[in-house]
Amino acid sequence: MSTLARKKGVGAVIWDYLTTVDHKKIAHLYLIAGGLFFIMGGIEALLIRIQLAKPNNDFLVGGLYNQVLTMHGTTMIFLAAMPLVFAMMNAVVPIQIGARDVAFPFLNALGFWLFFFGGLFLNCSWFLGGAPDAGWTSYASLSLESKATHGIDFYVLGLQISGFGTIMGGINFLVTIINMRAPGMTYMRMPMFVWATFVTSALILFAFPPLTVGFIFMMMDRLFGGNFFNPAAGGNTIIWEHLFWIFGHPEVYILVLPAFGIFSEIFATFSKKRLFGYSSMVFATVLIGFLGFMVWAHHMFTTGMGPVANAIFAVATMAIAVPTGIKIFNWLFTMWGGNIRFTTPMHYAVAFIPSFVMGGVTGVMNAAAAADYQYHDSYFVVAHFHYVIVGGVVFALLAGSHYWWPKMFGKMLNETLGKITFWLFFIGFHLTFFIQHFLGLMGMPRRVFTYLPNQGWETGNLISTIGAFFMAAATVILLINIVITTVKGEKAEADAWGDGRTLEWAVSSPPPVYNFAQTPLVRGLDAYWIEKMEGKKELTPAEPLGDIHMPNSSFLPFIISFGLFVAAFGFTYHNDHSWGLPVGIIGLLITFGSMFLRSVIDDHGFHIHKEEVLELEKKGAKA
Amino acid sequence: MVNQTNSGNERVDLAYRRRKNAEEMKHQVISFVLMILLTLISFAAVGYDEFSHWFSIPFILLLAVVQVAFQLYYFMHMSHKGHELPALFIYAGVFVAFLTVWAFVTVVWW
Repeated sequence: MSTLARKKGVGAVIWDYLTTVDHKKIAHLYLIAGGLFFIMGGIEALLIRIQLAKPNNDFLVGGLYNQVLTMHGTTMIFLAAMPLVFAMMNAVVPIQIGARDVAFPFLNALGFWLFFFGGLFLNCSWFLGGAPDAGWTSYASLSLESKATHGIDFYVLGLQISGFGTIMGGINFLVTIINMRAPGMTYMRMPMFVWATFVTSALILFAFPPLTVGFIFMMMDRLFGGNFFNPAAGGNTIIWEHLFWIFGHPEVYILVLPAFGIFSEIFATFSKKRLFGYSSMVFATVLIGFLGFMVWAHHMFTTGMGPVANAIFAVATMAIAVPTGIKIFNWLFTMWGGNIRFTTPMHYAVAFIPSFVMGGVTGVMNAAAAADYQYHDSYFVVAHFHYVIVGGVVFALLAGSHYWWPKMFGKMLNETLGKITFWLFFIGFHLTFFIQHFLGLMGMPRRVFTYLPNQGWETGNLISTIGAFFMAAATVILLINIVITTVKGEKAEADAWGDGRTLEWAVSSPPPVYNFAQTPLVRGLDAYWIEKMEGKKELTPAEPLGDIHMPNSSFLPFIISFGLFVAAFGFTYHNDHSWGLPVGIIGLLITFGSMFLRSVIDDHGFHIHKEEVLELEKKGAKA
Repeated sequence: MVNQTNSGNERVDLAYRRRKNAEEMKHQVISFVLMILLTLISFAAVGYDEFSHWFSIPFILLLAVVQVAFQLYYFMHMSHKGHELPALFIYAGVFVAFLTVWAFVTVVWW
């Protein structure tokens, strides 16, 4: 029997996942880890909403509230949204371009484990004195003063480690998309999600280095006696704000462009139509990526940059509404005259349009620098970015999970439960955040742990809290759905939704380890749809059936990341305890030692022979 | 790139490749001489007392940019076909870096 088809025990499965370099399994890892962090961030959000449900509440007071608030933002952006986006990319991008894996499978695994250990390190702070408490932006003027605990050190080192993983992921997808497209897959035949991944990866490549520099400065200031952000010693505290937002604004597009890509796929599939205005969609995606780098200072209008800088950044920000508007109309026109099927993913996609447009409109309102002096630091801003991030990114991730679940796990999620999840989440989302616009306009400041009665904020806050529990219920039902599906869900077809257009729907669900027995020939946009329209069941192959070269699994990515995890502990405590420095050095030795091993051990991978491929194909793998 | 054509017969366009290589060599020698010349000019610009720093610093920065372009296009073969994407990413990176530094010198420090 083939080694690939053998039934494995629990230990073997765990070991398989710890050492895997297969993009499909790494997608599972990203989905599970990102999902766990999403639930943690969600629980933190519930705690925040409970505290704010009534005036003068004492459920979470002062410092603890600051910690929960900081960790909610940090976890949701860095440890939930980012990895879930990477889960979607890993699950489908290589298959959508007709490749057998990403360009650097080892690096892919390393990227995941770095993210995972970074996130783990950050969350260890809860048990070691206290979590970071200077907000997810961790402005230097605040975070350098947070000296009671090591919270900020956990933030800086943890995010630094997971940031390395993100940069690796970005570079990996750039190289994969540039070099590993199947024959015939020109740039203008790439599915929209691949384009989104491409531009997102370029944004990661350019946006994460400033953040890395900022973290290194902050690490020096906090742990090694540096003064980059200390004005008393000649530093400049504003530099952190700039570095953070030079990263932070592109980060918004790093999250939302894949969301746009996911929705583009869903709209086309369930409208049974080619995506309207494909080339203008590509243009808009690239333009958003480009403009995304010229607007960061709109987060800092009240810093005192002066009217000229404020005006420039205000106008640049408003310009982004143009390509985004192009996209919105293209989605509407994709549905126009289409044969629409309201599946769960399509529910999210349709709900996304008005929700995201509302976030966009308040975005343009915030972009008006003069008006921003009023909105700044109020709940209006909180409402705005939750409309964009939840109404855009989270909807997309939920939609993408339902849409690609059969491709990732081979079973269809229950549609009824999926729609219940959608309606609870959709109602809860608007209930929570719509009212916050008005709370903000009525003067309620963000980040403050309580408020006094009789300011007209009681009802709004109570409604907001009730909405949060709707979203929590939706998440619980989604989890129940996942459990039920895993235990007794029906097996998914290759073309699980019946209307698949792109290459991933041509391979079995889940795909065989090598994705394609023969690399397909791509004859146009929506390659699989073209074949189906010509009455074919399978893709046109571009090569004869032969041995397939595969990379070996490796435990080294785990060890490399674990070394940095240990080192981060050492350096966090090196000013307090004598064991700090040696532990830090041992950690770095583990990391660099395993990198050295990776360099000197020749690893040529292995071949799946033609006969084994044929055997697997006969057993139902279809590629 | 020229030498990596996968034509079955290596001698097919030997004459063409010879000529192409000779031309390439000529370009490389010329740009090498120019680069040395540019280096000498920048030394001279710094050494010549009549020039103020307000002239010589931007001037040698400009010469440095020219040298980088020579390096990339004549010695690292970016002028050849198949280098469009590296060029795109280099220019995008330069653009972002420039924007960042520009913002710092105009908004943060002055």
